[in-house]
Amino acid sequence: MNDIDPVALTVFLVLFGLVTVLGFLASRWRSVGTLDNLDEWGLGGRGFGTFVAWFLIGGDIYTAYTFIAVPALLYAGNATGFFAVPYTIILYPIIFIFLPRLWSVSHRRRYVTPADFVQGRFDSKSLSLAIAFTGILATLPYIALQLVGIQAVLDVIGLGGGDDAGWFRKDLPLFIAFALLAAYTYSSGLRAPALIAFVKDTLIYLVIIVAVIYLPTQLGGWSNIFDEAGKAFTSFNGDNSDAIAAGDAAPKGLIPGMSTSQWAYASLSLGSALALFMYPHSVTAVLSTKNRNIIRRNAALLPAYSFLLGLLALLGLVAIAAGVKVTNPQLAIPQLFEQEFSPFFAGVALAAIAIGAFVPAAIMSIAAANLWTRNIYKAFINPRATDADETRQSKIASLLVKFGALLFVLALPKEFAINLQLLGGIWILQTLPAIVIGLYTRWLHRYALLAGWAVGMIWGTIAAYNKPTVGKPDSHFGGSVGPLEVFGWQISDNLIYFGVTALVLNLIVAVIVTAVLRTTHISAGTDETQPSDYLADAGDPEVADVLDPIATPRT
Amino acid sequence: MTDRTTTQPPGKVPLVLAGIALIIAIVAPLLVWTYAKTDPTLWGIPFFFWYQFLLVLVSVALTSVAYRLVLGHERRRRAAAGLPSGGDGA
Repeated sequence: MNDIDPVALTVFLVLFGLVTVLGFLASRWRSVGTLDNLDEWGLGGRGFGTFVAWFLIGGDIYTAYTFIAVPALLYAGNATGFFAVPYTIILYPIIFIFLPRLWSVSHRRRYVTPADFVQGRFDSKSLSLAIAFTGILATLPYIALQLVGIQAVLDVIGLGGGDDAGWFRKDLPLFIAFALLAAYTYSSGLRAPALIAFVKDTLIYLVIIVAVIYLPTQLGGWSNIFDEAGKAFTSFNGDNSDAIAAGDAAPKGLIPGMSTSQWAYASLSLGSALALFMYPHSVTAVLSTKNRNIIRRNAALLPAYSFLLGLLALLGLVAIAAGVKVTNPQLAIPQLFEQEFSPFFAGVALAAIAIGAFVPAAIMSIAAANLWTRNIYKAFINPRATDADETRQSKIASLLVKFGALLFVLALPKEFAINLQLLGGIWILQTLPAIVIGLYTRWLHRYALLAGWAVGMIWGTIAAYNKPTVGKPDSHFGGSVGPLEVFGWQISDNLIYFGVTALVLNLIVAVIVTAVLRTTHISAGTDETQPSDYLADAGDPEVADVLDPIATPRT
Repeated sequence: MTDRTTTQPPGKVPLVLAGIALIIAIVAPLLVWTYAKTDPTLWGIPFFFWYQFLLVLVSVALTSVAYRLVLGHERRRRAAAGLPSGGDGA
């Protein structure tokens, strides 16, 4: 794995260099004002139409998650790995239902983040702070997943030192790439990922289409690929039956067999779909559309992405049929490309994966940084901050967020990077009652929402912490599903995503505490929104065309 | 679309139909036991996999239908309320 192919490496470096230059030039692209303003830096001026928005959202979907983390699960014979497909199928109807209301109330009331909305709706600074904190925290492991993806590519292309190298040599390429990303995001803001998204998506579509059409023809067709993968899993299960019985190894399979893992499959899909649109970066993308129905039109068009995502996931099985042997399943797809493509195209493909990890990492860190500046710095630390203060805060926060993500990479097990994203999902799901239910009703009391959030966060974090990696009983954060067990009370053997269980607990607590608080005289606060706010569209009275993150929400 | 000039608020029927379409698109992929099996295979691909690809296409169709229904309803609602036709001239 350490012999560097000069052609592949050169192509990789040229494409990578091109993207970096584009990132720095991006600050001049369609520039309408100065970047010394949070709106310009953090939201790219918001002039994006459907087409650019479509590409930007694509940047959120074809990431290291789809290229590295999901195929790694299938390569390793984890039968629940294909859950990413139903996850993205149910994502769009969910977006269709909830997000137009959030668009309307945000544009009427000048809300830029979910924490703004919660503040306006529930009149609670503590709840708003909880929402902002959760958004930032949950984004860190998601960015960490992208860094793991970049690391996998650099390892395969020969820039990593391999397992026997010292920590510095091993991680040096990661640090260099990381520094470049930080530098151009810092200078260009959201324009950098938006402009790179064109290059990235062109490369990615090219690579996906070649991979899903060319590779199967080289390997005897999909029929043979499924055969080979099935045989490989059966023989693994036969050879390791003792270890599997002892719990030191996980059985492999193509299809979730027992009903327990089918519950895992369904709950991971549902939990991931509910989680995705509450991440700060998704909300930023949604609010930057021109009117509420563009969100719905995109929801109808976006499933085209799911189809390709499914084919990419299956590349994990293609790698088995192609005889790729790697101990770190994350390397399966980069190794497959290196092995099966010509050196030139291997360079292109690996560059596509690496750039495809950079774009969302940049978008996510900017969104988390805006959340910090607006809902924590300005709300609690320096209410009289100037525009320049805020932009400086966001830029520094975007760097700190990336370092936070780096800590997640270094501290948590990397057997399956997908667990990083699922850990973020456990946390962000706990903001759902305040945000999503809050879009429809104010029945839940602000302090009950806070109590439910706290219970969900604590339970979910403990559950994930207590989950060991298979074969290492003392390890932590080794997975994201477990038998349904709440505070020592065993309810069911079915494996459920911790995020979904935590959300249910959160809702139960919120409802009970609300019922109790309603019998007391503890104020529920004043709602500053009106029912018509939730249906307003572009062109209506008092609807902002462009949201200004600096201005205070209208009261 | 023929009653676009009416001043009566539109009925809820299109919204209910759109809601049903969307709920089917959300619930069908969650019923894992209905498709967690190998047979029937299609061109050697286990049912589990090709069925989910089919679900993607079904979901596109259902979401598109819901989009048309909701868009028509919103136009009529806005016309009835004397509001401009809103964004997205599609």
